[in-house]
Amino acid sequence: MAKTKATPKAASSLSPEDVRRLHRWVLLARTIDERMWVLNRAGKAPFVIPCRGQEAAQVGWGAALRDTDFVVPYYRDLGVALTRGYTARQAFLALLGKEEDVSSGGRQMPGHYSWAAHRVISGSSVVTTQVLHATGIALASRLRGEDDVAAVALGEGSTSQGDFHEALNWASIHKLPVLFVIENNGYAISEPQCKEMAVQDVAERALGYAMAGVTVDGTDLFACYEATYQAAERARRGDGPTLIELKMYRILPHSSDDDDRTYRSREEVEAHKDQDPVEILNRQVVERGLMTAEDIAAVKAELQAEVDEAIAYAEAAPYPSADDMFRHVYAD
Amino acid sequence: MAVKNLIDGVREAMLEEMARDESIVLLGEDVGKRGGVFRASAGLIEAYGDQRVIDAPLGESGIVGVGIGLALNGMRPIAEIQFADFIHPAFNQIVSEAAKFRWRSNDAFHVPMCIRAPFGGGVHGGLYHSQSVEAFFMHVPGLKVVIPSTPADAKGLLKSAIRDDDPVLYFEHKRTYRLVRGEIPDGDYTVPIGKARLVREGKDLSIYAYGLMAYFAEQAADALEKEGISAEVVDLRTLLPLDREAILASVAKTHRALIVHEANRTMGAGAEVAALIAEEALYELDAPIRRLTGPDIPAMPFNTPQEERFMPGPETIAQAARELCAL
Repeated sequence: MAKTKATPKAASSLSPEDVRRLHRWVLLARTIDERMWVLNRAGKAPFVIPCRGQEAAQVGWGAALRDTDFVVPYYRDLGVALTRGYTARQAFLALLGKEEDVSSGGRQMPGHYSWAAHRVISGSSVVTTQVLHATGIALASRLRGEDDVAAVALGEGSTSQGDFHEALNWASIHKLPVLFVIENNGYAISEPQCKEMAVQDVAERALGYAMAGVTVDGTDLFACYEATYQAAERARRGDGPTLIELKMYRILPHSSDDDDRTYRSREEVEAHKDQDPVEILNRQVVERGLMTAEDIAAVKAELQAEVDEAIAYAEAAPYPSADDMFRHVYAD
Repeated sequence: MAVKNLIDGVREAMLEEMARDESIVLLGEDVGKRGGVFRASAGLIEAYGDQRVIDAPLGESGIVGVGIGLALNGMRPIAEIQFADFIHPAFNQIVSEAAKFRWRSNDAFHVPMCIRAPFGGGVHGGLYHSQSVEAFFMHVPGLKVVIPSTPADAKGLLKSAIRDDDPVLYFEHKRTYRLVRGEIPDGDYTVPIGKARLVREGKDLSIYAYGLMAYFAEQAADALEKEGISAEVVDLRTLLPLDREAILASVAKTHRALIVHEANRTMGAGAEVAALIAEEALYELDAPIRRLTGPDIPAMPFNTPQEERFMPGPETIAQAARELCAL
């Protein structure tokens, strides 16, 4: 495990190699996400919680942190998990509930990314509880005089929960080094943002906590990266928490069990085609002269092969034994 | 060894543990400068400062949720909920999160946190300062539920709860705080979680109780002795996990079981004890299992006659024992 206190660079200082690494993670997230959906529709995977449309935001904020910072993801954060060392194999082991799943040994539903060795904290499916955990984690770091930052993600729907308020209130009272990353994909299952809140931007709420707040284009990897990087530096300096809102569009239904045709028109989904972060990033790397269309095609082919291998590996991997479920209720 | 109040055991346990282990912090409403509304944390902020004795904003989910975060990052938090009645906003954090972290992460994470809360009535606390909430948490694997009934146990059990590597709910009956007095051994000692206490030996019936009711059961046993009824009193001390061996050993000796708690009857702790005896020791019984509990009404009434009627006490416990022994 690579544990480094090295601070990531500002977005403007990223080298071509750095950008290609981020680009690869975004494409890997997309490739995994697509294949998971196919496996679900083929009846091979019971449940998928997709990240499509949020990959650039996730890789952007995940990669802007130190390896020693704490990441408290929510159940859609595949892109974040990849920046912490998670692999395609791990994604499919979790999807199929196999013993080797690093997050939970196949106990949790897929998408609940966690990895203690990489400071990725286990999460549940009840939303927003994790925001308080990140706040407590940041408080512990502060009490010991350490400069680690805790970054926690949640959807904009989760900001309706009381735990959101309690966490921001705690963090601002104590000026804690915690980043509240809102992945605002416009929908809480079927409810559009206008039914979730009266404000235009979640980040407006930062004012009420005397906290920095910023709204960022969540389809722009570099903007997400830079906003997170800046907020983490502020937090490390002792200047307190930041509410970071990354805005994007949820391309797929909430989950594989959802049917979004019952609440949003195909025209609406079509109209958001230009907000696909993968296409946007592909354009950006070409425009910056970092990659050619051929380079991108080669990466895609490589990732397809990687995912093929990962699926085969996960399918062949053993389930945990039934009796294993009695373990770890308490300390042994 | 000195005779002290039960609340002194609570305070001494925290005071000594925080000196022993710098990772222990206390957080809750009014726990700092005020020293707790019951004064359980009096002197702690003077000893350890406001970084380790944290006056929390008024929100129970926040206190427990932040506590979980502290525990995940190397600390051992003691989270105080001012009254057990106010624990419900934190129910989600306790049940969905603290109780499940170890299991759901396949042992990668765990939550070494002690949640303290005063519970119980008989103090004119009315509906929302009298509740007994222990049964809710007995139903949740991953948690431990501990309730002391003596000053010595208050200290020794709380030390164990603080040192435990899993989340422990530590309920202190608020009427015992200054009603129940007893000797507290000097120096460092612990009382193990999961072990009942044989309060007094007897041969005619077993009275199972905890918290204030264990204290009352002992008084009832004194009265019964004068009438020629020999009551064994078992203080359960830990409700999750129950001390199955101690419960079964006692009823195997006395062949009669009276279970007493202040919490209302339906699905209370007594139901689990009764089920255990029914499943494992039915043929030991000379009489049906008897429960004496608070009534199934929404809460403790404020006015005196109704509050007195709600609470089991030494007299009603003795009467229930007499009836059981007459069968």
